[in-house]
Amino acid sequence: MIGGLFIYNHKGEVLISRVYRDDIGRNAVDAFRVNVIHARQQVRSPVTNIARTSFFHVKRSNIWLAAVTKQNVNAAMVFEFLYKMCDVMAAYFGKISEENIKNNFVLIYELLDEILDFGYPQNSETGALKTFITQQGIKGQHQTKEEQSQITSQVTGQIGWRREGIKYRRNELFLDVLESVNLLMSPQGQVLSAHVSGRVVMKSYLSGMPECKFGMNDKIVIDKQGKGGTTDDPGKSGKQSIAIDDCTFHQCVRLSKFDSERSISFIPPDGEYELMRYRTTKDIILPFRVIPLVREVGRTKLEVKVVIKSNFKPSLLAQKIEVRIPTPLNTSGVQVICMKGKAKYKASENAIVWKIKRMAGMKESQISAEIELLPTNDKKKWARPPISMNFEVPFAPSGLKVRYLKVFESKLNYSDHDVIKWVRYIGRSGIYETRC
Amino acid sequence: MEWASQLCENRGLGSKMTDSKYFTTTKKGEIFELKAELNSDKKEKKKEAVKKVIASMTVGKDVSALFPDVVNCMQTDNLELKKLVYLYLMNYAKSQPDMAIMAVNTFVKDCEDPNPLIRALAVRTMGCIRVDKITEYLCEPLRKCLKDEDPYVRKTAAVCVAKLHDINAQLVEDQGFLDTLKDLISDSNPMVVANAVAALSEIAESHPNSNLLDLNPQTINKLLTALNECTEWGQIFILDCLANYMPRDDRESQSICERVTPRLSHANSAVVLSAVKVLMKFMEMLPKDLDYYGTLLKKLAPPLVTLLSAEPELQYVALRNINLIVQKRPEILKHEMKVFFVKYNDPIYVKLEKLDIMIRLASQANIAQVLAELKEYATEVDVDFVRKAVRAIGRCAIKVEQSAERCVSTLLDLIQTKVNYVVQEAIVVIKDIFRKYPNKYESVIATLCENLDSLDEPEARAAMIWIVGEYAERIDNADELLESFLEGFHDESTQVQLQLLTAIVKLFLKKPTETQELVQQVLSLATQDSDNPDLRDRGYIYWRLLSTDPVAAKEVVLAEKPLISEETDLIEPTLLEELICHIGTLASVYHKPPSAFVEGSRGVQHKKLTARAGSGESAESPDVGLSGPSEAPPAVIPSQGDLLGDLLNLDLAPPTATVPSVQPSMQMGAMDLLGGGLDSLMGDESDTLGGDIGGSPSMGGGLGVAPAAMPAALGGAPAVGGGLGDLFDLSGGVGMPTGSYVAPKTVWLPAMKAKGLEISGTFARRGGIIQMDLSLTNKAMSVMTDFAIQFNRNSFGLAPAGPLQVLTPLSPNQTIDVSLPLSTSGPVMKMEPLNNLQVAVKNNIDVFYFSCQYPISMIFVEDGKMERQVFLATWKDIPNDNEALFQIKDIHLNSDAASNKLQGSNIFTIAKRTVEGQDMLYLSVKLTNGIWVLAEMRIQTGNPNYTEMELSIKCRAPEVSPFVFQCYELVLKN
Repeated sequence: MIGGLFIYNHKGEVLISRVYRDDIGRNAVDAFRVNVIHARQQVRSPVTNIARTSFFHVKRSNIWLAAVTKQNVNAAMVFEFLYKMCDVMAAYFGKISEENIKNNFVLIYELLDEILDFGYPQNSETGALKTFITQQGIKGQHQTKEEQSQITSQVTGQIGWRREGIKYRRNELFLDVLESVNLLMSPQGQVLSAHVSGRVVMKSYLSGMPECKFGMNDKIVIDKQGKGGTTDDPGKSGKQSIAIDDCTFHQCVRLSKFDSERSISFIPPDGEYELMRYRTTKDIILPFRVIPLVREVGRTKLEVKVVIKSNFKPSLLAQKIEVRIPTPLNTSGVQVICMKGKAKYKASENAIVWKIKRMAGMKESQISAEIELLPTNDKKKWARPPISMNFEVPFAPSGLKVRYLKVFESKLNYSDHDVIKWVRYIGRSGIYETRC
Repeated sequence: MEWASQLCENRGLGSKMTDSKYFTTTKKGEIFELKAELNSDKKEKKKEAVKKVIASMTVGKDVSALFPDVVNCMQTDNLELKKLVYLYLMNYAKSQPDMAIMAVNTFVKDCEDPNPLIRALAVRTMGCIRVDKITEYLCEPLRKCLKDEDPYVRKTAAVCVAKLHDINAQLVEDQGFLDTLKDLISDSNPMVVANAVAALSEIAESHPNSNLLDLNPQTINKLLTALNECTEWGQIFILDCLANYMPRDDRESQSICERVTPRLSHANSAVVLSAVKVLMKFMEMLPKDLDYYGTLLKKLAPPLVTLLSAEPELQYVALRNINLIVQKRPEILKHEMKVFFVKYNDPIYVKLEKLDIMIRLASQANIAQVLAELKEYATEVDVDFVRKAVRAIGRCAIKVEQSAERCVSTLLDLIQTKVNYVVQEAIVVIKDIFRKYPNKYESVIATLCENLDSLDEPEARAAMIWIVGEYAERIDNADELLESFLEGFHDESTQVQLQLLTAIVKLFLKKPTETQELVQQVLSLATQDSDNPDLRDRGYIYWRLLSTDPVAAKEVVLAEKPLISEETDLIEPTLLEELICHIGTLASVYHKPPSAFVEGSRGVQHKKLTARAGSGESAESPDVGLSGPSEAPPAVIPSQGDLLGDLLNLDLAPPTATVPSVQPSMQMGAMDLLGGGLDSLMGDESDTLGGDIGGSPSMGGGLGVAPAAMPAALGGAPAVGGGLGDLFDLSGGVGMPTGSYVAPKTVWLPAMKAKGLEISGTFARRGGIIQMDLSLTNKAMSVMTDFAIQFNRNSFGLAPAGPLQVLTPLSPNQTIDVSLPLSTSGPVMKMEPLNNLQVAVKNNIDVFYFSCQYPISMIFVEDGKMERQVFLATWKDIPNDNEALFQIKDIHLNSDAASNKLQGSNIFTIAKRTVEGQDMLYLSVKLTNGIWVLAEMRIQTGNPNYTEMELSIKCRAPEVSPFVFQCYELVLKN
């Protein structure tokens, strides 16, 4: 199991050091600093073995978190734990920075004592932790017996992510379907790979212990219902359904029920959390198409022309569009002409950045640039990195639709109809690249 | 502390003073000031002071001097202060054990606190204080906490048992905590169950043979129920534990699989990977024609792909595991090639792993796409990545025959880029393509020759030279090309020198008239001017061959070579099976068994996949080679191993030397050896994992063995296995083991010292059980009864496995012989000397103490025969500092007899070679506590007057070596 956990600043100075196992000595702290943080070359692996001690590290801005062990630990668990640790810290004091860590070092030690026992991760849900570990010191001195046992039963309980007795005057929930669409396209316009990775993020402000059921246009569910004849228009819904390659759920979702019935039922945590993640690869709506044309004119000049085409309903507007056209390292000057938006050559980033604020569907725009090159005797050819794109569109490129989110709370007197529900779809570019 | 003060200056210190100020104290009289503050009456000031102490502790300052003052702050009702003091205690208690005892009272009191959070805090902290005196006091509170009404306390107490076991295993057993822990598996709270499972699994690991985690269908059912209800971490503990279970039949495997599959949709990647591990393992037991088997295979792919959208570090772990999974079951991901395409912004470690998997998944169906990608990668920036991409193109050519032509033309394109390292890498792989498809792509040779000057890496130079030599008849100026290399012969690396030698000999045999001078030049360079034994030996072979029988030389050197096969870097099947059982763990990331990087006894149990019992199906299934553990590993490169093996056996010394038992094959071996052996010896380097065949004579020299052969054996990694294996089979058949040596009894306890009781005895190992053979003689006047025996803690945990069986009273002058079986599960303490055993014997008169020493061969276990590959890897892995050299004189044994004798005492011969009139035996021994002791023994065979053996022993625990040597000596001399 995890033998110790260290947090360093960018210089390699220790901010937090907690040792859980006897086989980890103080010298481990230095070993990591010397061999990884101060190492000259780039990090070649997130797992490093130094003198039979294994170090797992992750970086958040310029802070290093390292878990160390001498045993054959579950490596995936260690990384998941480190990420979790970052989440917990962020939930307590915001950004993970040197200053915040120093300001909260007592709190961090307290958390580390609670969520890692002898190197075994324990309940690390911030909802539960915040009931008894706070930045103002520890509650609990003046708690009643009931409160205490409520805390312990929540920390160890089956529903560790939600406490009893939550009350809202207005029962409300927000669903955000956030998708990032990824594309790799060949210069000839052939899709090399494309997938959507999506997340359903829920903000729930619901009283009591509500039982929720979430439904979407999952092909498997729709087809099943279609066979049963329950839907009025099977043809229509069949067309609108989407094939989900795989999905994962927040721990509140009853996985065995999903496995057997493919229904998503759960008691949600209070506030904001990620209900599910999913991935689709079929029938993706690619919001933009990039058509590059690069011509080398002699050894000192490049001509680049890039056309972008928007491919969605004309009534919808895409925002924050940015096209990034890489330029060779020996670029000496660039002339750009674009029909829409603004384009600039950024020498420090070795790219031409073309920004368009808004663009409606089924439109087309173009940029052309002349790039002057310095003559070099470098034999190595320019690698021609792909042209990448950023954008935001108000629909889900996977085609996912929320069909319902039902809320049942039998003990309190509010019903599904009383809950105010909001649904929003946002599609963003993930890694959206076209080779040129 | 510099940063701290700087920080303070930079920050606006205006509105709010925060905790970071504690990091700023750097003054000299600091400790003194802190002391005063700690003893302050004001609570706030006290708390501030403790915070400062903790901050100093964090940055590595020694604040242990404040121990009494900090502990004084412990008795407080301020929980925050208490936690800080506890933190301090955990750090320093070990260095101040006497003062730590001051804290015990507070702990014991806190364990009774009405607040469950405080009870748990106390028991959790107490378990972290590794001071014997404190652990004694821990037992009672822990017992109560294990049965506490509050689940939070119980789950904390469960982990505490594991902590206590780590400090004092015997205490935990004596106090019966293990049984209480087992009971917690049936607890109503899922988190208690999960922690109990984690604790039990850890304890069970250090007792490999105990039946601690007695998994049966009932407990499994409980675990599966808890699995649905506990935290994500708890699910991981439970799944990892489930993976060790052995279902009784395929129906049970299926039902477990069915209940585990929902976990594949968990958001936590570790839960997913652990579930994959359970499924991969239990699938092995399902009949392949079952519908469910196919369903399960299909279910595995999507979650594995999803892992690739996790954060990069987790992607890396996932990819390392997927690499294993595609080797074991290629069918799972065969349609998922695209997801392994490299993204421009992937970290380099993710890129390299993806590339590896792409090659494994490459097939005729997707090769076009793969090649297009690889070509793209070859233009990237990172040199390692580009090289690997180029190499991958070559591997595709070898793997998918239909694509070979396209690959070659892609490689030629890349050579045109003139990027130095791309060109060199391309030439290395083109050489391999030639070896797979001879006489097919020679048209490209001209292009290759154009780049001769730009080659500055030995591997590329060697590859180019090989090509020139191999196709000398078609290259008009082959002699000029080779001659140009010859000029700087002595500055070349060994690899290039060897290759140049072979290539020129080939050239000579093809065009004898023009190149006589050249060949003489190279032969004299190799044999007379070089002090590299590899080179010299090879030179002499050629020379002798050419001078005695040129026709034979031609047959030998220019013989048709075996083709190389496609997969050259597959993990060896038994290792792969073991790694599959460790999916998700570090072992699967390192691709090494846990024993290779975990110290001590923990994790040295070798896990194995178990195929469906009693079915012949594994033989019919498509993945024959990989399924059953009993099947012979497929030869990775079918020919090379044998060739090397024979090479090692070839005796170059005068004819008086004998090569036992390999005579019939030797002739053949020699033929092959010169035809293909030496070429492939060079050429195969890129294919073997270990790299340097013959490339590092210094290593051989450093080990104190005949340098010519040793590096080959070590460097050849998986490929040489076949050859060594043959040798072993030969020597293994010579005779039956002679049984372990038992020393005669000696007097341990003279009658004078023990009121008339004389004890003499010896140790023996029979059928895997250590026995202490005792003779008890009554030299007193009265009858002795009520015998009992006890051992003190000792180095290897020897303990009586039963009572001392002296059933009848011992009359005066009577002697009775008893055999006391011993176990090795007793408490461990390092003794001086290591094999010392302190014994107490009691009878109706008194208790007597004596000590004796047992031959360490008693604790050599029967399964101490190491896998050959593991041996090679381990030998290399153990630092040379740990090597000990010994001599054994006056031994009149040949190597076979010695090997037999040793085997009787569980010292196993892994391989044998004969070099320059010496037999080299490679031996392994495994101790009961899992430590491996490797040895290399050199025996002079040629000369009967030489009766010396040299033994070099390598072990991770070097203090064992002298005792192991004693055993070798003892066994061989008797």
